[in-house]
Amino acid sequence: MTGQPLPEPAPSPTATDAGIPSTQRAARPRWRETLGLLARNPAAAVSGALLLLIVLVAVFDEALAPTGPNEISVEDRLQPPSLEHPFGTDDLGRDIFSRVILGAAVSLRVGFLAVAVALVIGSLIGLLAGFYGRWVDDVLMRIMDMLFAFPAVLLAIAVLAVRGPGSGNTALAIGIVYIPVFARVTRASVLGVREEVYVRASRSVGASDLRLLTRHVLPNAAPPIIVQTSISLAFAVLAEAALSFLGLGTQPPNPSWGLMLAEGRGFIDIAWWLAFFPGMAIFLTVLCFNLLGDGLRDVLDPRQRTLMAGGAR
Amino acid sequence: MTAPVLEVDDLRVQLRTPRGTAHVVNGLSYSVGPGETVAVVGESGSGKSVSVLALLGLLPQRVATVSGRALLQGEDLLSMPPERLRQVRGPGAGMVFQDPMTSLNPVLTVGRQIVEGLRAHADVNAAAARRRAAELLGEVGLPDPERALDRYPHELSGGMRQRVVIAIALSNSPALLIADEATTALDVTVQAQIIDLVERLQTDHGTGVIWITHDLGVVAGIADRVLVMYGGRCVEDGTVDDVLERPAHPYTRGLLGSLPDLAAPVGPGGEVPDLTTVPGLPPPPTDLPAGCVFWPRCPVRGDARCETEQPPLVQVGSGRSGHFGRELPHRAATWCSEEVR
Repeated sequence: MTGQPLPEPAPSPTATDAGIPSTQRAARPRWRETLGLLARNPAAAVSGALLLLIVLVAVFDEALAPTGPNEISVEDRLQPPSLEHPFGTDDLGRDIFSRVILGAAVSLRVGFLAVAVALVIGSLIGLLAGFYGRWVDDVLMRIMDMLFAFPAVLLAIAVLAVRGPGSGNTALAIGIVYIPVFARVTRASVLGVREEVYVRASRSVGASDLRLLTRHVLPNAAPPIIVQTSISLAFAVLAEAALSFLGLGTQPPNPSWGLMLAEGRGFIDIAWWLAFFPGMAIFLTVLCFNLLGDGLRDVLDPRQRTLMAGGAR
Repeated sequence: MTAPVLEVDDLRVQLRTPRGTAHVVNGLSYSVGPGETVAVVGESGSGKSVSVLALLGLLPQRVATVSGRALLQGEDLLSMPPERLRQVRGPGAGMVFQDPMTSLNPVLTVGRQIVEGLRAHADVNAAAARRRAAELLGEVGLPDPERALDRYPHELSGGMRQRVVIAIALSNSPALLIADEATTALDVTVQAQIIDLVERLQTDHGTGVIWITHDLGVVAGIADRVLVMYGGRCVEDGTVDDVLERPAHPYTRGLLGSLPDLAAPVGPGGEVPDLTTVPGLPPPPTDLPAGCVFWPRCPVRGDARCETEQPPLVQVGSGRSGHFGRELPHRAATWCSEEVR
């Protein structure tokens, strides 16, 4: 096979005596194999490692930050990067390094939550619309069109106006904005897969709709959805920044990358580090999500997988 | 007299297309006995595939209108509630599709795809289903079946994949096996192996087989009876001997004439006789001719009614009683059977 270690020698053709439930046997090495293949793609591997680091930073933020996020020190304000303040200080003398670390938690949480909302609801809608077609498609996609027609910011503002500001509601608002994107991407992909012979073949042995959807249609329709997910994570981090800038997302003085970027904008000509470091944090995170998404898409496709592993063919 | 496995009566299929309603199958009636192989032959577009997809409700409901009756072991497939139809697909009728490159899901291992068919109908645990799947792969002659279970379709050759597809179709021991151009995409040696395999399984399990093909060589090798389709109609049917040796319909004659004959006399200069062809194309199903469907391409046109009146399917020659304890008349739908003879 694809270089996957078989835990036992290949059994004889009379396989009926295989006592162990061998479905489980195959499952574990496949996971390890996926990680191993991912490691062979340098861009994806580095991105994955960096993202892991960013997530760890976000988790252990309080322990890692040298100072509190809101410790004001007026005599230290607008200090350029130095050994004491690696990323410099802002107009209130707050340590930007600490604020970037503490902002990671906020930005990532909003990003993940928003994409989770959009991915789950959007893909489900797209899956049903694409697979069943006819009136299901018409009804669901017209609702999506209406959602899409709303200006994104206006829609998010409406959600936040109803539910109040805060990072959870910001995530929900961004998630709702992205639902139609996922619905459309999924539907388009499903429309192609739905007509595949193997779907018809599976139906011809009596597979139920649920099984067709989960086992045949969704996995084959997944690649564009995976890519859309990684892109959307990036956009969600940026959208959080935009909403915070408008005063609807993270509320000052709490740090989030977007909010810091917005606050640093006014000082860009005298103190570039205010906007630069949170901007870099957003840039790196977004880039890593994209590269990892690309790598994952390749690795999760069994055909690519064999090519990459240089396996027996 | 044993009851037929499948009895199709006046099957009609219409498809809505941008160019109007396509009458793809127009009143098809036939039956398949247990252990019997019925070959359905005809050109591309003659309605062969659609007629069997319609039986199992596999045509997109958005565009297809199906009418008639199709009794599978006494139960009408065409009026069945969807859940009952789902239960029948598999144990009632299994299907093998034309292209083994596309009829397997690329992201699932072979084992999981076979197990899926098994577990859709019987409450078996994963380990038992897997053992059964390995058995099935052994039965269809795949070497090292236990290992093949963990392979992905793209890791297998075309012939191996088609064996997997057949294993899936047979996984629930169907009473009826429908092979839709099952060997067309394979090379000749693999084709012969697959045909042997199906014949063997048929003898073992008494499965009725519908074998759709446009390869008359395959027909001669595998079929008990032949049904020639043209323009969505049955234009001739009968035992293999009757249809291939004594074709009554000008279209069947044309099909047979377009085969190279290795035993044909070679001319004095060593020249090989030209193959005859059936000129023209089948009529578009949106616009079928009023009389005999074959009339526009027919070289005979020996009757005044050809152009205006649709010929009924009537017995020609001597009806012979075939095997399976049933009358197997030789029938053809043409006004010109006498002229052809």
